[in-house]
Amino acid sequence: MDQVLSNISLLIEFPIVNLKIILDGLMIGSLFALAAYGLALVWGVMNVKNLAQGDFVISGGYVSWWLAQHGMPALLGVPIAFAVMWGVGWVAYKLVIRRVIERDLFTSLLATFGLAIMMAQLLNLMFSSDTRSIDLGFDTLYFADGLIDVPIAKLIGVLMAAGLAAAVIVFMKSSRMGQAIRATAQDARAARVMGIDTEKVYAFTFSLNSGICGAAGAIIVMVWLVQPFYGIAYSIRAFVIVTAAGLGNLPGVIAAGLGIGALEQYGAHIFGISYQQAIAVILLLLVLLFRLIQQRRNRQVLK
Amino acid sequence: MKKLSVLSILVAATTLLFSQASLAACGEIVLGSAISLTGKYSTEGLNSQNGYDFAVEKIRQNGGIKIGGKCYNFKIIYYDDESKGDRGATLAERLISQDKVQYMLGPYSSGMTKAIAPVTEKYQIPMVEAEGASRSLFNKGYKYLFAVLSTSEQYLASAITLAAEMAEKKGKQASSVKVAVAVENDPFSLDVRDGVVEDAKRFNMNIVLDEKLPRDLSDMSAILTKVQLLKPDLLIISGHTKGAVTGVRQIGEKNIKVPMIAMTHCESADVTGKFGATANDILCSTQWAETLSYKDPIFGSAANYDQEFKLAYPAYKDKEVPYQTAQASAAVYVFKDAFERAESLDKEKLRDALAATDLMSFYGPIKFSEAGNNIAKPMVLRQIQDGKYNVVAPSAFASHKLNWPRQ
Repeated sequence: MDQVLSNISLLIEFPIVNLKIILDGLMIGSLFALAAYGLALVWGVMNVKNLAQGDFVISGGYVSWWLAQHGMPALLGVPIAFAVMWGVGWVAYKLVIRRVIERDLFTSLLATFGLAIMMAQLLNLMFSSDTRSIDLGFDTLYFADGLIDVPIAKLIGVLMAAGLAAAVIVFMKSSRMGQAIRATAQDARAARVMGIDTEKVYAFTFSLNSGICGAAGAIIVMVWLVQPFYGIAYSIRAFVIVTAAGLGNLPGVIAAGLGIGALEQYGAHIFGISYQQAIAVILLLLVLLFRLIQQRRNRQVLK
Repeated sequence: MKKLSVLSILVAATTLLFSQASLAACGEIVLGSAISLTGKYSTEGLNSQNGYDFAVEKIRQNGGIKIGGKCYNFKIIYYDDESKGDRGATLAERLISQDKVQYMLGPYSSGMTKAIAPVTEKYQIPMVEAEGASRSLFNKGYKYLFAVLSTSEQYLASAITLAAEMAEKKGKQASSVKVAVAVENDPFSLDVRDGVVEDAKRFNMNIVLDEKLPRDLSDMSAILTKVQLLKPDLLIISGHTKGAVTGVRQIGEKNIKVPMIAMTHCESADVTGKFGATANDILCSTQWAETLSYKDPIFGSAANYDQEFKLAYPAYKDKEVPYQTAQASAAVYVFKDAFERAESLDKEKLRDALAATDLMSFYGPIKFSEAGNNIAKPMVLRQIQDGKYNVVAPSAFASHKLNWPRQ
């Protein structure tokens, strides 16, 4: 308790720290938002709750790390990880996901959970359990007597994440495939009647999600680190964000991602870093509770 | 002419017979080990396995183990415990009751050792372990458990003494030193923390920050921000390789200026290779270093061990030989020594011989307390100086001077 009080008093004593915490949080949050957006896509379009979301992220990180090990410039790892993970996602779709779309909730949860375990163990066998990261060797910008630091590598990572998110938004809005995806999400049967090949849409959607995750992972390995068993941390956050923002609400997902990033940093500062993930889950509980009350009042069905 | 060829065949046959006889003259002592070859400890598990295998081979080359005029060689049966405690315990049962193993080598990590020790204890099977440092292993009254390594509360405790020395050198009181501690919430790191906190109390130092790191740590900026505000004189970080990687990376990014930073697992995290100059002047604890002046008749000096191991396992050529490997070899050496003193294959006699061990090895002195932990070997602190790990404490074995304060 003393520690908590002294941590809060630090925030008041050095107000600039608040800005720093928010900045740190937003930078992490932007990557959470990417993974969450992919999840929202898959969830909304094909009603598959992908528990392997985080493992796709980590796999993307390893793709980029492996390339960097073989002399590829680290920044190029992001588009390549996107492409490679697109392929991995397509294979996973054809092998596993395709068979669980029409099934009930638990089948898809179980199947993707199995996929998550398998991916983590495969990564472990291929790359060992060491933590991996790429050091870009860029400088850090300092503000406010060095109290606020913005590593240029992080800045580039965030910009890339933003660029990718923007590209996906434009794609969904204006391309033919994007329209087909949105149509399928609204009503798969009607879409089929209209001549949309929903099977193709599903495969595309899942691959796109996997690609987005891969790119996020490639950014994460430049800025933080990856380890074969870290997938779950990203899966949890993606679920929290999507649940909080709701499906098909892209600005909501981004806002929730950034918000959770910042709130986690605040929580970590006040209660200690070991509670960082707990704070994400507590937020989820609060959101669910709030939703429940809201929906009871409106007599809606929770979908 | 014909006679000659018959003779030569005869000679050849006798030599063959003789050489076979001399091979057969060495019996086999079977050791068992459940070790992590897959799962989260697979890297460290493999390091330990290589250490075991290297020592077995080295002892074979040096004439094996001599018990009552007869010679023996070690053979190790391995099972993969998948880094899971319950699996480790099951495999230990299997080694003992199915494979009839009478002597065990330890698994990797304190957690796994904790899972296996009750089994070996139940069957009264002597186990020499090299990778479980948690002191909670040595307060359970185990009689058949022996550990060659220093217990985990000693890992960074010497950094406190070092910080006190430096403060006094500057004409300040040791009690004026402010300490910040960030450790993972697992048995090993909590022991590390306890050792540090105990020693800090002894000097009456002020612990300004005492935080736990999560298991899947990839960002500790919240802690480092507080470090910037609280300005401690000593920062302690212990969180296995992820703690070291995250710590060094973000200390560099945030340009943290703490006069002394000490952490565990620098070598296995390869912080010098990953982050170069950022890692300079960080203190790293280690059980063993190849520059130490320990030696024994089988492995030679510590430097010699390092060299020969790299020759035998070229995969380690460009890395540091991890201390996990060295202590695994030391565990096998302890077995050899005990067997020869016991002059018997009986496991009770062996246990008593193990308990009476007083051995100098390339890995350091080995002498077991009543509880089974090695009380003779001190922990070593190395400082990263220009990308190299140089021993700076304890001062008796130090090869280099401490750079202080860290810039």
